[in-house]
Amino acid sequence: MQHVAIADQPDELHDPDTFITKYIWSQDHKVIAIQYGLTAIFVGLVALVLSGLMRLQLGFPDTFDFIDPNAYLQFVTMHGMIMVIYLLTALLLGGFGNYLIPLMIGARDMVFPYMNMLSYWTYLLSVIVLLASFFVPGGPTGAGWTLYPPQAILQGTPGYDWGIILMLASLAIFIVAFTMGGLNYVTTVLQARTRGMTLMRMPLTIWGIFTATVLGLLAFPALLVSAIMMMLDKVIGTSFFMPALVSLGENLDYTGGSPVLFQHLFWFFGHPEVYIVALPAFGMVSDVLATHARKNIFGYRMMVWAIVAIGGLSFIVWAHHMYVSGMHPAFGFFFATTTLIIAVPTALKVYNWVLTLWQGNIHLTVPMLFAIGFIFTFTHGGLTGLFLGNVTIDLPLSDTYFVVAHFHMVMGVSPIMVLFAAIYHWYPLMTGRMFNETLGKLHFWFTFLGTYAIYLPMHYLGFLGVPRRYFAMGSTDFIPESAVSLNASITVSALIVGVSQLFFLYNVFWSMRHGKKAEPNPWHATSLEWQTPDVPPHHGNWGPELPTVYRWAYDYSVPGAPEDYIPQNHPVSAEEGTAGEEEAHA
Amino acid sequence: MSTDPAGTSSFEEPGLGGVVADWASDKQAFDMPWGKLMMWIFLLSDTFIFSIFLTGYMTVRISATDPWPNPSEVFALTIFGNHMPLILIAIMTFVLITSSGTMALAVNYAYRGDKRKTVMLITATALLGASFVGMQAFEWTKLIVDEGVRPWGNPMGAAQFGSTFFMITGFHGLHVSAGVIYLAIVARKVARGDYDQKGYDIVEIAGLYWHFVDLVWVFIFAFYYLW
Repeated sequence: MQHVAIADQPDELHDPDTFITKYIWSQDHKVIAIQYGLTAIFVGLVALVLSGLMRLQLGFPDTFDFIDPNAYLQFVTMHGMIMVIYLLTALLLGGFGNYLIPLMIGARDMVFPYMNMLSYWTYLLSVIVLLASFFVPGGPTGAGWTLYPPQAILQGTPGYDWGIILMLASLAIFIVAFTMGGLNYVTTVLQARTRGMTLMRMPLTIWGIFTATVLGLLAFPALLVSAIMMMLDKVIGTSFFMPALVSLGENLDYTGGSPVLFQHLFWFFGHPEVYIVALPAFGMVSDVLATHARKNIFGYRMMVWAIVAIGGLSFIVWAHHMYVSGMHPAFGFFFATTTLIIAVPTALKVYNWVLTLWQGNIHLTVPMLFAIGFIFTFTHGGLTGLFLGNVTIDLPLSDTYFVVAHFHMVMGVSPIMVLFAAIYHWYPLMTGRMFNETLGKLHFWFTFLGTYAIYLPMHYLGFLGVPRRYFAMGSTDFIPESAVSLNASITVSALIVGVSQLFFLYNVFWSMRHGKKAEPNPWHATSLEWQTPDVPPHHGNWGPELPTVYRWAYDYSVPGAPEDYIPQNHPVSAEEGTAGEEEAHA
Repeated sequence: MSTDPAGTSSFEEPGLGGVVADWASDKQAFDMPWGKLMMWIFLLSDTFIFSIFLTGYMTVRISATDPWPNPSEVFALTIFGNHMPLILIAIMTFVLITSSGTMALAVNYAYRGDKRKTVMLITATALLGASFVGMQAFEWTKLIVDEGVRPWGNPMGAAQFGSTFFMITGFHGLHVSAGVIYLAIVARKVARGDYDQKGYDIVEIAGLYWHFVDLVWVFIFAFYYLW
């Protein structure tokens, strides 16, 4: 039977007619995206509060009675896990992936809307299971977000009985949700592009989300398997990860398991996870930069290949998280080498972003500020990554605040900067209104400067040898007084940054009703999502006829063109030719 | 970089050129319905799950402190006084691989539009799958009740022998059981004529899943029972 491409199939649109099918059990990718986004931002706020509580203890030890060592470890664990998985992964892929993929490639929806809906509700279930662990006896697990056995499931670790079980169950449910969503994203990008939308005409946002989703589909299995195995160790007493050991003077029944196996499995997931978060951010920031600098992205092809190369390499660097676990020097050498190689495509991207700005007509709008801020934070975080990728430098720094500062700069703050840029950039599209510019700028400067006030001193703490994950430093000889006052200053900055997020929340919710009505394409962007007949786009996105794409997504400031941007669905005129695109592709 | 809808099919150009043409084309990267591609991608992801299960199993087998029981002996049956190592596993493997054959025939008849034969062959596949699960239940019962193997320990040696066995064959058994249900649903829909309009791709998609489950079993058989 002759197969017809999705873009050529006759359109059948079933508009949802009741409130429930429109907003609750919705199969529209835009509504699902908003649901994902709001849920993720909600748990993100929980994690933000947890980080504030941690900082209170670190900055002012012995001041707050309600933070005991157990509670502190629980805050650390839940903060890390929520931020990495339930906020960043969910918001970038479930939120922006859902919203932007069909709009940017010119599709009416995901290929399998029903499963897309299931994906959100399964994600919500995983969040509920996770948050439920705050209310069970013993509280949530305090094993650290890496959940290393044997300590994660042994007495003495907070939440060793119920917390860890709920955590593992929640992760498994999340992976099911992600798989349902991820299959949709990948298949939609590959099979549902509109006429003229070739792979090499897709905006980099789509390339980033697409590659990250592929990484997720291949990396989350490792987390699923290790969660299942640890669950079995905990619940029915198998010994996958548990060696024979004595706990509280008692010989346990475990025998002959391998704790390092868990670390390998965890980081085989954990390292690609860094890029699952980073690649969509790379893509979105490229589009924000190009749009607000009114200039085509520098080296589009190289940017695409860099995304793909980073994605591939991310699967063979995982053991650089495990130098201190002990490994054969040859493996250390191998993983250090691959880690440094991955810096090459990453640095290429940074250069290309800077070169995109070079001689551009830069509009310092709020999204642009966040995007430029991202270049700074990401470069800083990336450079310290080069330090830590080397075995000999990593060994003394590994368990200090240097690592905390590094990964917060590179995969905490940087994707968050892009997320803010993206939210401000696409806010007019999603709501049909403009946000308040002044509040947005206040939000940017508090967040950006605050970030440096928090994390720059933290690098210094790391060099001093201040160990991470400790509840309190106590009076230790090698830690000078200055570390204590630095910690207090970091805490104050962190609290200010935390509170300044209220600018953002207030702005988002206030502008939804009271913001200035947005014109259809307020940033004069070229990509398809801004070319819909209605803003915000209606169900089915494109009205009666799918758009046809004639050019790449970066025709900004084309010489001789009447305006400084040419939308992707704008036919190529005879005299214009495709000079811009061909030149950029050469 | 043509925007012309025609001339972008993979059948146009053989070999590597066709691959490049597909990937450079608009609208779709693979000339197949989205459901089939989605199943392929899912199976790729599932491949990683089983690979990691098996890698984890090999690691704990190597690092286990107690001796590993000999699977040929543990899984031997005495039938009519003959001691036969791995006989049940051999039958199970044979049944499962046979079911792949009936599935392939079902796909063929589905595309020919022969609904009666299709339904019969899918049903046969599902029944073979169900008998595989049944034999697995028998194997588990024998191991648990007669041999005293538990996930957390066994009288024959390393505790991880039972842990990995129950985990991996259990996970695979769940896949087979899900496949049986999936096939039953597809058979019913074929019989009702649900695919007369949409085409019979769904039978092939179900077949992809079924062949994958069989292929995984071959690896489990090789790495767990024969090692």
